[in-house]
Amino acid sequence: MSDQILWFATRGAGVVSLLLFTAVMVLGILAVMRWQSPAWPRFLSVGLHRNLALLSVVFLAIHIVTAIVDPFTSLGLVAAAIPFASSYRPFGVGLGVIAVDIFLALVATSLLRDWIGQRTWRAVHWLAYASWPLALVHGVESGSDASTPWLIGLELACVAAVLAAAGWRLAAGRSNRSRLATVAAGAALSTRTSRRGI
Amino acid sequence: MTAVTPSRSLSNGLFAGRPMAAGPELIGEHTARLGPLPGPEATRDLIPALELSGLLGRGGAGFPVGRKWRSIAERSDGRAVVLANGAEGEPLSAKDRAVMTLRPHAVLDGVLLAARVVGADEAILYIGAEHRAARRSLATALAERPLPLTVRIVDAPDRYVAGEESAAVHFVNDGDARPTNVPPRPYERGVGGRPTLVQNVESLAYAGLIARRGSDWFRAASQAGPAGLGMVTLAGVAHPGAREIEMGAPLGEIVGPSGARQETTQAVLIGGYFGRWATAAEAWDLALDPAAMRRAGLAFGCGVVSVLGTDECGLEMTGRILGYLAEQSAAQCGPCVFGLRAIADAAGRLAGRSGTPDDLARIERWGGQLAGRGACRHPDGAAGLLQSSFKIFGEEWQRHARSRTCSFAGQPARAA
Amino acid sequence: MTTTARAIGARPVAELRIDRTACDGYGLCAELLPELIELDDWGYPIVRDAAVPDELLGLARRAVEACPVLALRVRSRAGG
Repeated sequence: MSDQILWFATRGAGVVSLLLFTAVMVLGILAVMRWQSPAWPRFLSVGLHRNLALLSVVFLAIHIVTAIVDPFTSLGLVAAAIPFASSYRPFGVGLGVIAVDIFLALVATSLLRDWIGQRTWRAVHWLAYASWPLALVHGVESGSDASTPWLIGLELACVAAVLAAAGWRLAAGRSNRSRLATVAAGAALSTRTSRRGI
Repeated sequence: MTAVTPSRSLSNGLFAGRPMAAGPELIGEHTARLGPLPGPEATRDLIPALELSGLLGRGGAGFPVGRKWRSIAERSDGRAVVLANGAEGEPLSAKDRAVMTLRPHAVLDGVLLAARVVGADEAILYIGAEHRAARRSLATALAERPLPLTVRIVDAPDRYVAGEESAAVHFVNDGDARPTNVPPRPYERGVGGRPTLVQNVESLAYAGLIARRGSDWFRAASQAGPAGLGMVTLAGVAHPGAREIEMGAPLGEIVGPSGARQETTQAVLIGGYFGRWATAAEAWDLALDPAAMRRAGLAFGCGVVSVLGTDECGLEMTGRILGYLAEQSAAQCGPCVFGLRAIADAAGRLAGRSGTPDDLARIERWGGQLAGRGACRHPDGAAGLLQSSFKIFGEEWQRHARSRTCSFAGQPARAA
Repeated sequence: MTTTARAIGARPVAELRIDRTACDGYGLCAELLPELIELDDWGYPIVRDAAVPDELLGLARRAVEACPVLALRVRSRAGG
């Protein structure tokens, strides 16, 4: 039974991580879309996004450490650190490794944002859109519960949530912050070239 | 530029000698009239002389020239940069053009002296691209008498904000003439990260005169007070254009000879698009020097004096200026892009007699929120203009808003 | 803060500073610090009072953290 505990922990922490990542993705999109309601101020989206991301580091750590330490998996440090180097489902696990790497970069750049500056931070943060699908596919490909209905249902719900949020952002197009950006682009262009005034 | 009899004798000024209508002063006349430039030994004394003279920057901000040069000299390691600002993006101003075109050697004198004094090895002549005669004249002058440092002419984009100090530096560094966040200011870190003296071309020209004749000469040059000589641009008069004046002279005496009369003047716009309105009564006796004007709640700015006749609508001009300022925003900051634009649109509607009392209430509210909320002072200038128009044309705004009529057109309002 | 410093009046003042070119009108600062910041009609901050009283310092720092574009800063300025 005790052998199974590590295995349960790995799978459980993995699922919780996925749920947290999904929430973090959706909240991040709510934040950038400046969504708010009388009961939900904008700082809530931003604050929860940040706190849940930090919380998911904990569950991610549990997920990874228990997987490595578990004697029944052949996953060692190497497999956890280098993509596609595991002997157990190398593809699935490998995707997870990449997802974690990106995620760690997101967290690190966010914590150090004051020092690295807004532009660099933002460039790295876009990678979140790569990290989440990788994490999802990793779960599908390497999890042993993959065929259970509840997990499939959960995964579908996560996909639906992220697709809805991302779709909303795409549909809104550039209208959100672009008013200033469009005007600015015109002004920037004309401050680079000389042309007759009014 | 029209030739006009000066209101007072300025036999000692920048524009003594060759009349304005006769084109650029060449190196020979320049040296004959003014004598040789003080040698390097006299460099030491120039900053104190400038400080004593009370010469203020003529680009609009009015910062003391001596103090500015001192702060750069202090941090210069010999690689500072002098940027002569001849962008003159203010549409109503023509005096920088006049100085650059007609007295190019005076400008170059100032540049050379500044470079020596602040320890600069490079100079940039930042000239508005649309001021072609000025550019030609300075280029010719440089060819006539090369300076012992690297000099280049940079064409400033034809945008209002391009003449702002940090915008000029930004353009030279990155080709983008939009103001940047300050600090750091150009005197700390400017062109190429080096301490940069950004100085208006008129200020440089007068610095050159002070170097030769001393601070006492400058302080005594005006019979109206110690503020020396300076340039203004007159508009809305029969003979508009740039003039050299004795600072402190009453405005009425300056605009009178150019065709203006107090009886036919409704108001005067002082300081250009960045300036403020004053009533004819206030304006006529107003001493044209920065200190007196500040006490009167006005600003000398870049020296534009624009007369509004008793048959013209001040709202029309104000609306037009606000529209221009909104369009010329660098568009980096929300309050300027949206706030100023909204104000300009509503003011334009009101001026065109298609606005509502709501529009008026809105521009009063928005106008109070405009100042100090941008990276540069562009919205502040617009706010100042708007507030002064409320003060001077308050009744007219009300009339335009409530009954959609204009005292100066006598026409019924057009449909909204 | 030492008694000497207080007596001389050299107490540092915390001030709100906004990078206006970075600010994109997200408005979180006004949500967290409504005592000092309100929003104009387009969602951009109006700083009613730049000086941050001691009791609001914690909230001010949260507001700085919350700004998605790092436009808000709290600067310490020597004053009194």
